[in-house]
Amino acid sequence: MDKNKKTTGKVAGIIANLVIIDVDGPVAQNEICFIKHQETDLMAEVIKVLGNHAYVQVFESTRGLKIGTEAHFEGHMLEVTLGPGILSRNYDGLQNDLDKMEGIFLKRGDYTDPLDREKLWDFKPLAKAGDKVHAGDWLGEVDENTMPHKIMVPFKFEGAYTVKSVVPEGQYKVDDEIAVLTDSKGKDISVTMVQKWPVKVAIRAYKEKPRPFKPLETGVRVIDTLNPIAEGGTGFIPGPFGTGKTVLQHAISKQAEADVVVIAACGERANEVVEIFTEFPELDDPRTGRKLMERTTIIANTSNMPVAAREASVYTAMTIGEYYRSMGLRVLLMADSTSRWAQALREMSNRLEELPGQDAFPMDLSAIISNFYSRAGYVFLNNGATGSITFIGTVSPAGGNLKEPVTESTRKAARCFYGLSQARADSKRYPAIDPIDSYSKYLEYPEMQKYYEENVSENWLDGVITAKDILLRGKEAQEQINILGDDGVPIDFHERFWNSELIDFVILQQDAFDNIDCSTPMERQEYMLAKVLNVTKMKFDFKHFVDVQNFFKNIINVFKQMNYSEFQSDDFKKYEKELEKLLAEHVVEEVS
Amino acid sequence: MEKQAFQKVYAKITNITKATVQLKAQGVGYDEIAMVHGRLGQVVKIIGENVTLQVFSGTEGIPTNAEVIFLGHPPRLKVSDQLAGRFFNAYGEPIDGGPEVEGEIRDIGSPSVNPVRRKQPSQLIATGIAGIDLNNSLVTGQKIPFFADPDQPYNQVMANVALRAEADKIILGGMGLSNDDYLYFKNVFDNAGALDRIISFVNTTENPPVERLLVPDMALTAAEYFAVDHNEKVLVLLTDMTLFADALSIVSNRMDQIPSKDSMPGSLYSDLARIYEKAVQFPAGGSITIIAVTTLSGGDITHAIPDNTGYITEGQLFLRRDTDIGKVIVDPFRSLSRLKQLVIGKQTREDHPQVMNAAVRLYADAANAKTKMENGFDLTDYDERTMKFAKEYSDKLLAIDVNVDTEEMLNITWELFQKYFTKAEVGIKQEFMDKYWKKEE
Ligand SMILES: Nc1ncnc2c1ncn2[C@@H]1O[C@H](COP(=O)(O)OP(=O)(O)OP(=O)(O)O)[C@@H](O)[C@H]1O
Ligand SMILES: [Mg+2]
Repeated sequence: MDKNKKTTGKVAGIIANLVIIDVDGPVAQNEICFIKHQETDLMAEVIKVLGNHAYVQVFESTRGLKIGTEAHFEGHMLEVTLGPGILSRNYDGLQNDLDKMEGIFLKRGDYTDPLDREKLWDFKPLAKAGDKVHAGDWLGEVDENTMPHKIMVPFKFEGAYTVKSVVPEGQYKVDDEIAVLTDSKGKDISVTMVQKWPVKVAIRAYKEKPRPFKPLETGVRVIDTLNPIAEGGTGFIPGPFGTGKTVLQHAISKQAEADVVVIAACGERANEVVEIFTEFPELDDPRTGRKLMERTTIIANTSNMPVAAREASVYTAMTIGEYYRSMGLRVLLMADSTSRWAQALREMSNRLEELPGQDAFPMDLSAIISNFYSRAGYVFLNNGATGSITFIGTVSPAGGNLKEPVTESTRKAARCFYGLSQARADSKRYPAIDPIDSYSKYLEYPEMQKYYEENVSENWLDGVITAKDILLRGKEAQEQINILGDDGVPIDFHERFWNSELIDFVILQQDAFDNIDCSTPMERQEYMLAKVLNVTKMKFDFKHFVDVQNFFKNIINVFKQMNYSEFQSDDFKKYEKELEKLLAEHVVEEVS
Repeated sequence: MEKQAFQKVYAKITNITKATVQLKAQGVGYDEIAMVHGRLGQVVKIIGENVTLQVFSGTEGIPTNAEVIFLGHPPRLKVSDQLAGRFFNAYGEPIDGGPEVEGEIRDIGSPSVNPVRRKQPSQLIATGIAGIDLNNSLVTGQKIPFFADPDQPYNQVMANVALRAEADKIILGGMGLSNDDYLYFKNVFDNAGALDRIISFVNTTENPPVERLLVPDMALTAAEYFAVDHNEKVLVLLTDMTLFADALSIVSNRMDQIPSKDSMPGSLYSDLARIYEKAVQFPAGGSITIIAVTTLSGGDITHAIPDNTGYITEGQLFLRRDTDIGKVIVDPFRSLSRLKQLVIGKQTREDHPQVMNAAVRLYADAANAKTKMENGFDLTDYDERTMKFAKEYSDKLLAIDVNVDTEEMLNITWELFQKYFTKAEVGIKQEFMDKYWKKEE
């Protein structure tokens, strides 16, 4: 898109944030332009071109805008600025630093620098003169909140380069030259710590993208034990309002074994973002002991912020994720909610009077969603190091109906399905992930199965399958009991039902607001699953179904006290003893 | 609205639909307002010289040679302390016979608060209603609607909440309010001696429905004035948001937009969020709390209006008639305050979260027992006890006529636990059992 003269134009039509511009030169699809409204520049993106009319979506309110207003086209697509200092920042959907904006209210056209240009970084060279390098290769590193932040050959560089020089170890600002590269034609190019990249294009500076092959620990039992997500995998959480999507995502972003967490608050509540701002700087990363905020970047385009920037926000988040993945880091990317992004697409598509698909969503919704999810993944970088983006999006189905287009399209794209059930949420069985309908395709991957055998235990997966089986059989038994009455079924129906309740209360249900119960390390999950499954294998001497109910309520109560106690602490062991006593009162045969 | 020198006057309308007029005009700003044949209109589309105006009160009787005067600014409101105690229509004009308000002119529908300039809501709002304070505690800066059938006494409950909430200002945004309800609010506030804390923007059923679209923005512009400029605790009551959304759909259908679910505009989520997200807690102490009403049709919460609302607000409160006790209660199952965990057990007694959850769980067991009974099955002793518990819990705590403090609510719940259950059945953390369970087992 190299042009000598910038294209300009004049506003010829305004329908909310869709503006038609009469242009005097070439424009590209998705090119960025600025509309000069009074003293402010309103940023906009080209979304359709008809003759010399460019249709642009404005990332701001168009209140007061008039016909004839001038616009300048920038010759590039929407880009993010990549460099050290992104972690622990709060950006809007277009990567403006929210903390740098003045005043209480957001002002139109207030575009702020995503990076700190004055800060000095401790730079260490990793490449040396004479090295052959390609886009994404590491030239050096700086220390970003104790994370090794790699300074890379800019992703836009095509082909092979030779390193001419790299600056020695020392303190530099992001805009200082840190290396000079020579291209194949012998031309020298200066490289700083900053580069730009268009958000809608995937960064492909890696050698290979294998299938995910190992689990990513989240500390959430119903995920890790029953339906694990893989490192570099994808998952989605659909659920009616209030069923716990956001609480679950926040829990995962606090606990998961990730180096970097990028949270895209996409068209949701501002108070939920404030919760992160407030809590993450106080909370410790369980693995490094550093504050959670130090590994987290927030992209906040809340529901009251401009709708067009909402669409951009998920791409901004993904691109930042790809940037850190290229450094060999494990990135966890969260988007809440991808339905709001789809709605932003719908609003614009309707204004453009495009032929609508189902529920008035754009026809290519499914393709757009799949394309986005495909940017996640585990990669081998050119230098053999590995990095990953694990992506989990929430979906807010209209009317709670999982047959609507966004849920259906996402189901095709994501490998894990964590469906939240209204009934479970209503009865406060949190997290309300439906144990029967939810799935992880990764459990079927032979590479994952092998990983469990080698790293957890030989029979771990058997236990998982047994637990799922018990849950299913418990549900069937419950249906029978409901139809035939407590007295109308044999006593072992009650046992079957209560075995599933045991797994439900002890393994599935987890109190996100309890300091201990909120996160369960894998070792503890193994221990508890074994303990619970052991009980389900025992034979008891119940005479009456009321005995079954009372007995199980008692042991569930003790199990729950164990969940609330520090693992293997005195309290924990005390409850474990109590449990053994209760079991001994009724057990007739132990099977192990 | 007097004529001024810079205003542009036109007299040739080219197209008229039920809600809009179109004419050729120059130099018009998007969102700007105009007087069309003496009625207020707002620019919704400009293509070249063709300007489309939405006329709030409808276009009946507007001739093609009607006078159109562009006012050069979006809808606005004059704000000052003189707003207090006054009643206005949807345009912000006094309807109480009092004088015009003098003050600073502000555009309504102002920009959003920068999220990093917000503070996490943290101050409990006590209402004395246990269905709210015990199970669904409200917090300043929260936004929460009542989901209610049209025949339920939501306006009464809301008025009670407003008066007990200790707000510095209460701003009522009435949309499609019946004249009786309007007078009800006026009376209750008057009798409570609270009129000087109240500001009302009211569109009644007698006014054109599309005018309602201005009411929330008017109310919230006034709210921001008191919360930002004076650091006051402001409570905004919006009733009935379903009628607001209906007005949105009238306009969008008349403008030939492609409707999405339930013939609502595709932008319904964003339109509602823009309003509800004005709820905020500022670090300087001011806050805007929004309590709204969304009436349901036939209790259907999957309809686009309550559905989108539920995805935006921080919980919802359901009212239900409990036939066992013959009173209206706050339904503990479907009601939820998302922000309660910020205050319960912190600004209230430590056992609050666990007591609340245990009581609701036992109440759910009672509902199951009731179903069993209705299906003709035998009840166990436990079933019988849960049902007795539920009835007393409903009467002493969930009913909307309850008015006690939170400490008392917790004590009542512990009494009920001990009256009907064993420790294991209640299943609360040991440390609280040790402290509050007085009965010998
Ligand atoms: N794991 C949990 N433990 C305890 N309470 C929970 C849990 N998950 C959810 N909740 C309760 O449910 C409420 C709603 O949860 P959340 O905000 O995550 O819902 P959501 O699915 O994101 O809803 P929406 O679609 O409206 O954003 C929370 O405020 C909390 O009260
Ligand atoms: Mg949510």
